[in-house]
Amino acid sequence: MRFSILLAAGLLTATQSVAMDKPVLTVMTYDSFVSDWGPGPVIEVAFEETCDCDLQFVAAGDGAALLARIKLEGARSDADVVLGLDTNLTAAARDTGLFAPHGIQAEGLSLPMDWADAEFLPYDWGYFAFVHNTDLANVPASLAALADSDVSIVIQDPRSSTPGLGLLLWVKNAYGDKAADIWKGLSDNIVTVTPGWSEAYGLFLEGEADMVLSYTTSPAYHLIAEEDSSKAAAAFEEGHYMQIEVAGKLAATDQPELADAFLAFMLTDGFQSVIPTTNWMYPAKTPEDGLPDGFETLVTPETALLYPAEDAAAVRDTALEEWQTALSQ
Amino acid sequence: MADRAQPISFSIGAGIVAALAVPALILLTGAAVLLSAEGGSGLSSADWAAIRFTLFQAVLSAVLSVALAIPVARGLARRRFFGRGLLVTLLGAPFLLPVIVAVFGLLAVFGRGGLVNAALGFLGWPPISIYGLHGVVLAHVFFNMPLATRLILQGWAEIPAERFRLAATLGLDAKAVNRHLEWPMLKGVVPGAALLIFVICTTSFAVALILGGGPRATTVELAIYQAIRFDFDLGRAALLSLIQLVITACAALIALRFVNMAGVGAALDRPVRRWDADAWALRVLDGLTIVAATAFLAVPMAMVVARGLPAVLDLPGVVWTSVLTSLGIAAGSTILVVLAALAIGLAAVRLRQRGRYLEIAGLLAVAASPLVIGTGLFLLIFPFADPTRLALPVTALVNAIVTLPFALRALIPALRNVEADYGRLADTLNLTGWARMRLVVLPRIRKPLGFAAGLAAALSIGDLGVIALFADHDMATLPLQIYRLMGSYRMEEAGGATVLLLAMTFAVFYLFDRGLGRNADV
Repeated sequence: MRFSILLAAGLLTATQSVAMDKPVLTVMTYDSFVSDWGPGPVIEVAFEETCDCDLQFVAAGDGAALLARIKLEGARSDADVVLGLDTNLTAAARDTGLFAPHGIQAEGLSLPMDWADAEFLPYDWGYFAFVHNTDLANVPASLAALADSDVSIVIQDPRSSTPGLGLLLWVKNAYGDKAADIWKGLSDNIVTVTPGWSEAYGLFLEGEADMVLSYTTSPAYHLIAEEDSSKAAAAFEEGHYMQIEVAGKLAATDQPELADAFLAFMLTDGFQSVIPTTNWMYPAKTPEDGLPDGFETLVTPETALLYPAEDAAAVRDTALEEWQTALSQ
Repeated sequence: MADRAQPISFSIGAGIVAALAVPALILLTGAAVLLSAEGGSGLSSADWAAIRFTLFQAVLSAVLSVALAIPVARGLARRRFFGRGLLVTLLGAPFLLPVIVAVFGLLAVFGRGGLVNAALGFLGWPPISIYGLHGVVLAHVFFNMPLATRLILQGWAEIPAERFRLAATLGLDAKAVNRHLEWPMLKGVVPGAALLIFVICTTSFAVALILGGGPRATTVELAIYQAIRFDFDLGRAALLSLIQLVITACAALIALRFVNMAGVGAALDRPVRRWDADAWALRVLDGLTIVAATAFLAVPMAMVVARGLPAVLDLPGVVWTSVLTSLGIAAGSTILVVLAALAIGLAAVRLRQRGRYLEIAGLLAVAASPLVIGTGLFLLIFPFADPTRLALPVTALVNAIVTLPFALRALIPALRNVEADYGRLADTLNLTGWARMRLVVLPRIRKPLGFAAGLAAALSIGDLGVIALFADHDMATLPLQIYRLMGSYRMEEAGGATVLLLAMTFAVFYLFDRGLGRNADV
């Protein structure tokens, strides 16, 4: 215990001495963003070159945990910017009244749809998709075909994971009142449901299922980082549900100018060019040099599905109940 | 009790304070969560289903773990062979594994592409599926049977060698030895072990979900997760957490009624020889039991090691930094656990019947939802300090509290025996305080103390714990770092880091368990 306290005290003084002369901008985000393999460390260096400030990341689990953390901290939070919510969470985040308008005209975004949101700005996006090995025979071409097939899948629990929630809304958006039937059809395909993305993807790589719920950009990781072209994402006829990840400024920030500067920086190449090969998502604004080699091989869905933030919040509970009922039988 | 010397009341006081710290922390954090709740809903039918499933799988897992552990412990108690000590320590390892590691190890054996299905396919038989209630129970038995084995084996070790010598002189066979010596011991040890495992299994979350195959296998802990993360319904989270505590307290009250170990008699602390078990058939039986248990527990771990080993040398530097962080936290929480467990254990033994309530108080820590404790601590600390700055001491503290029940379960039977066998003699000699500890108690509890300290250190290293709620970029324990690697697609490096974690937990456990327990043949 004493050792830990000393260690903590040491870290405390270490961080404080850095912080003394420069203003500190605190960005609260999810864990994988700040990991050494995520975008955080590179972006920190790039932004600090432009701002003469100290950018500090605070991590809080995943996207859903992030929202819980903001609610726990309320207006007393030390954070200035929150980065890492997605459009399924923005309605709830807006309802807290903790966020301030960003006042930025986001132009030239490369999202497949228009963006108009006074509080939240997108920084990356992707399509949910089922990823499989290229040697899989009879890859289903739609959610309905998947439900009819005997292809095995691993998915994430919508109650504890953002991709899991994404699939829930995907099925609901594509099938409306018939969503429950699709889930009934899928129930014998589902090998298991995991708490988070990592476990599901790990199970898939271990060969526990033919397909895993992930992103259309997942094969790019294997192609670019591992030079392995054996993974592909299946294109579905109904279209693919999107995840748009956003950031917003907290109203109670003590560094409003720095927070604005960071949000503006977020849509420049210094931030955006890091995204594809660290967060493995599409940048919200394609950098001048374009996307990295390998991204052109990815599946690009014809139809992008997405509930507006307010609708996503409204439809969530019904969809969850349908999911639970269908899979509990 | 009236003839007790004065200094003892100080130690009883310390024990009571230490024991009360656990429920106090749980209640404080729970209250903090509850007070932050706005409105909130009651329990839904899904919550009730979760409670039923939780109870059902926990009872099944506890009964099976203990039932399988008894023959294994008996085999190990009756046999002496080369490498036995190492094997006993090794068998403790699954319990120390981080959940996700164990799950992947089990899948490498029982999963779709695992060894078992490969063998079935080779024979032309249909594959089996691990997913479902049986998978959950299988994983819980894998985790907890070793713990049960260790606790029961310790019970065997506490039967004095002289008893077996006497039994041999009287010409008792294995059956008679069982009736007169082993059965009374099992009646004292098994309920406590089963209770502990039951409680561990009630808070299962990831194992139940991954291997349970879907929302059918929703546990209370997952419902708490949903309440906090998905609905931000803190009131319901606190309520569910309370239900989990009530279940534990009830189970504890029932199980501890059966714990009745009044001491089996003083011993000369000599090594045990078992004349009654010399029969050829018994040797084969014990041999087969030990081999089967070893295969069941070791093969999944070996698969984890085999897959991760190639990546160990190329691990990025931050992984090694988090090794140091984890060791620091483990050191802190181990010291805390040992001190608290000794204080509570001594007080519980001296208070006799009433002492059981102290143990129950300590046991509540396993039943408390880590997510609720973490959230509550966050709410308590936040108004005064930045919780991320306190991530390390808070994690050490919570890890200590969570591992306390295991240390208690290992220490209390041993302390009770020392008190029963040598307490009067020590009183007569007017041995009190530190002298009594040093001369009478500590030498006799060295083995369980080593086991308890090893367990505390290893569990603290392997636990993802509350650090996930608090950590910032620079402070990550090894388990958190593994999750970060997995979250960045780096499954191979995660596998390598897992081997490192496995080696580390095992080394720490071995160091304490064998180091402190060395030459202690009792």
